[in-house]
Amino acid sequence: MNNVILRTITAVVVPIIALFSIQLFFAGHYYPGGGFIGGLMAAGAIVLLLIVFDIRTVRKMIPINYQWLIGTGLLFAVGTSAGSLLFNVPFLTHAYRYVHLPLLGKTSLHTAVLFDTGVYLVVVGITLVIIETIGESD
Amino acid sequence: MELVMIIVIGFLFAAATYLMLSKSLLRIIIGTGLLSHGAHLLLLTMGGLKEGAPPLLGEHAERYVDPLPQALILTAIVISFGVTAFFLVLAYRSYQELGTDNMEQMRGKEEDD
Amino acid sequence: MSTLHWAMVAPFMLALFVPFLYKHVRSIHTGWFILPLPVALFFYFIRYMDIVQQYETVTETVPWIPSLNIHFTAYVDGLSLLFSLLITGIGSLVVLYSIYYLEKEKEKLHHFYVYLLLFMGAMLGVVLSDHLITLYLFWELTSISSFLLIAYWYKRERSRYGAKKSMLITMFGGLLMLGGFLALSVMGDTYSIRELLAHSSTFVNEPLFSVALLLILLGAFTKSAQFPFYIWLPDAMEAPTPVSAYLHSATMVKAGIYLVARLTPIFALSPLWIWLVGGTGIVTLFWASFLASRQTDLKGILAYSTVSQLGLIMSLLGIGALAFHYNFAENIFIVATLAAVFHLFNHATFKGSLFMVVGIVDHETGTRDIRRLGGLMTVMPMTFTIALIGSLSMAGLPPFNGFLSKEMFFTAMLRVLEADIFSLETWGILFPVLAWCGSVFTFLYSFLLISKTFLGEYRPERLEKEAHEAPVGMLLAPMLLALLVIVIGFVPNILSDTVLAPAVYAVLNGLFKPGEGVDVHIAHWHGWTPEVFMTLGVIAVGTVVYKTFPKWNGVYRRLPERLSLNHLYNRLLEWMEKGSFALNERYMTGSVRTYLIYIFTAIIALLSVSIVLKGQWNIEISRFAPVGIYEIVLAVVIVAGALTTLVSKSRLTSIIALGSVGYTVALFFVLFRAPDLALTQLVIETISVALFLLCFYHLPKLRDHGKGYSFKLTNAIISIAVGVVVSTIAFLSHAYKPFESISQYYVENTYEKAAGKNMVNVILVDFRGFDTLFEICVLAIAALGIYGMIKLRMTKEEKLEK
Repeated sequence: MNNVILRTITAVVVPIIALFSIQLFFAGHYYPGGGFIGGLMAAGAIVLLLIVFDIRTVRKMIPINYQWLIGTGLLFAVGTSAGSLLFNVPFLTHAYRYVHLPLLGKTSLHTAVLFDTGVYLVVVGITLVIIETIGESD
Repeated sequence: MELVMIIVIGFLFAAATYLMLSKSLLRIIIGTGLLSHGAHLLLLTMGGLKEGAPPLLGEHAERYVDPLPQALILTAIVISFGVTAFFLVLAYRSYQELGTDNMEQMRGKEEDD
Repeated sequence: MSTLHWAMVAPFMLALFVPFLYKHVRSIHTGWFILPLPVALFFYFIRYMDIVQQYETVTETVPWIPSLNIHFTAYVDGLSLLFSLLITGIGSLVVLYSIYYLEKEKEKLHHFYVYLLLFMGAMLGVVLSDHLITLYLFWELTSISSFLLIAYWYKRERSRYGAKKSMLITMFGGLLMLGGFLALSVMGDTYSIRELLAHSSTFVNEPLFSVALLLILLGAFTKSAQFPFYIWLPDAMEAPTPVSAYLHSATMVKAGIYLVARLTPIFALSPLWIWLVGGTGIVTLFWASFLASRQTDLKGILAYSTVSQLGLIMSLLGIGALAFHYNFAENIFIVATLAAVFHLFNHATFKGSLFMVVGIVDHETGTRDIRRLGGLMTVMPMTFTIALIGSLSMAGLPPFNGFLSKEMFFTAMLRVLEADIFSLETWGILFPVLAWCGSVFTFLYSFLLISKTFLGEYRPERLEKEAHEAPVGMLLAPMLLALLVIVIGFVPNILSDTVLAPAVYAVLNGLFKPGEGVDVHIAHWHGWTPEVFMTLGVIAVGTVVYKTFPKWNGVYRRLPERLSLNHLYNRLLEWMEKGSFALNERYMTGSVRTYLIYIFTAIIALLSVSIVLKGQWNIEISRFAPVGIYEIVLAVVIVAGALTTLVSKSRLTSIIALGSVGYTVALFFVLFRAPDLALTQLVIETISVALFLLCFYHLPKLRDHGKGYSFKLTNAIISIAVGVVVSTIAFLSHAYKPFESISQYYVENTYEKAAGKNMVNVILVDFRGFDTLFEICVLAIAALGIYGMIKLRMTKEEKLEK
């Protein structure tokens, strides 16, 4: 699509969407958001890029193999879940701890975030694998 | 409100069933899409509507709406996306290979093997 | 785990290593690695004899599924010890024999020994388990390993037929038996056999009693090849001879005997049990020995002979159950149980040696057909001697062990005449009569076996290869068994206190106290008793029948083939295959729509039935949330969107209408205070629409395939019914709360246990993390599926081009 207005807006909007997706992801434990929504939002941003530019350009912009992303995500999720076995607690037991970070103050560090990262990566991965494969198929 | 939702859900299910029983591939896919929308609303309605604040502890409310159906629905939404995508590709691939979208002509018979 | 458990598991563990041994140590026959295990186990079980002799038992328990109260309990008493010794003892000899029987260059030894060890472990499990369900598991495992062993030469048509037959029949019985076990456990409120035996006398009046009895007997009869289920055993002879000697003669087919013996105290009070076990046994004895005489295949003779001997033991167990109806002091029926146990042991020895001998003949001459064999006595003198000992023992002639147990068998059968219950005083006469007739035929086929193979004229031109004596290693195992036949024939009392008395005590559980003991002294001579005359009669008539055999064996050809059980079995199988195929063709039309109609109709039917039966209609409408103007508008939009998809004739309109429904659902989520859902639904809907549009060019145009009024009417009726039923369910769900909602748990613990504030997200990643984990797996699979459907096509096309 050779639409100058769309291209210009996309260039501005995509980083914002991406940032919003990350914000949604990290806020997930306290406010609406989480791995699913964040992942879908990020995927949505890339789908927008795909619509405006073509696949080859987007590949150059974001040189990620999305199938690998699915695998990495699953590994994250399974790894975090299995990690609890090392501490002799049942599979998928999460742990958390409050720490004081400079600037941010009291924050909780939570293994659920790692699990959610897996979800995030898988969701981004599958959405883009699906869209890309269909897009390439003609 | 529940009564209105119940009627809407019933209508969604009926429309979805009608579409799924048709012989055209695309209608069947749209039918499954409608069915999942209906199912999501059904779950939510069964859990009770507007019985409290959104399920965020930051709201500091007396009562919250039931969080469990919401978690179920969230899972279901994402899954139904995956399933719809799969159906779509299955549909257009079989259309390409078989040259028809009429389900009556797509009977798996032994002589095809 | 106790050593007893390790002993049961050891064969399975060794089986794991067999393929590696076979692959990497080709120069040594794999059997040599297997042999030490059964030998070691045999000596391990010998050690239990000291305990069992004192009428004590050993119980070892390992928790298996503790939450369901299922334990892996091993239990050793006289009966299970006798069986364990047979399994490991005969097992050792069979492995030794197989080393010479199966050539290491030609045969798939790794398969053979894996199956054999599987069987050994399973069989030990059957006789040592105390838990009914564990017993059942091992029981079926023996059927499976038997199936695999019969089909060992699976390239032969007959092997596959025999394997399938044995599996169908024994598994059919096994499944029924499981039902019987369940009925038994319902009556006794326990799965433990020991506990069931402890209050066995209370069951007889339970309504499930006869059901349990019949089902369990069906299991035992199919396994032990009783009339009319015996037909699988002759066909099982397609297995390699070591297997026939081991599974289909000495051990596996005796599992049914074991079960009947084990459960005798529970069912003995019922006349049905006595008549079924005793009657079936005696009929089997007679019929199979009659049929054995017409066989021309050596293994066929032995197969029918095994069936008939199993019938003999079974009938003894049936009569032995009469002991529970009389006081101990005057109890004349204990001898039946003693005879059963004694013959069980003797049969394993002489029949095992005979099978091995037949295997040797087959191995050295290339045939088992008695019409081609003959005159091997001079060529194979050792083999002949062993065969002679085995056959004479089988015929019940002195001085071999078969004579002693046959004599005891006659005693037991004659004592039936003294029973005055269950119409035995009138019909009981059938037992000694059939027993005697069966023995005549036993005598006949024993002599046919010897004379046709070893006597007469030696005709080498009819044999596949030049006959010569077998190697010593091959003769070793049958020789040991023949030795046992003789030794026990002369000094039977070495068994009586060590093995037989504890086993009888175990079978007749609770009938007498250990101290009282039972007279197990076995004597060769009791004076001129009726039994002696019966034996003399058998010999006299048997000789006549044998001499005149060529004159009257035309009788066998007169048996109508169409009425034979084999014919019946084949027809039944054929009929079932045709029937199920026709049924399948009828409703599996291949049309997705038809299947969907089945599914939707079933949903409607099931749900409306449960609504009518369980529905509660006391709903407080006042508790419902108030209706707002936004909601009304959204409801109208959603209905309009759905309607559009129904009537639209264009693809684009349909897709957009579906999108509009999706976005409206997202707005509903906002109104109903589900922010996470609203966000997700919005993004998903956007991506979905993009997806639909991407596929747009590939998709077919919307065409109305369903023409016709009735087609649309059917669809409309079904869909309206679905809608109404779902609405009703949604409505009723507000009244029917059978239990407290679990949601409050999440509300209360989100912060305390998971340190989060967004309950939905915490449920997803923490409380119900498993769901999420599997969900992303499903998504990954869907993505891979799509990838495969599109990308793999190209490689296929490339292949076609090549």
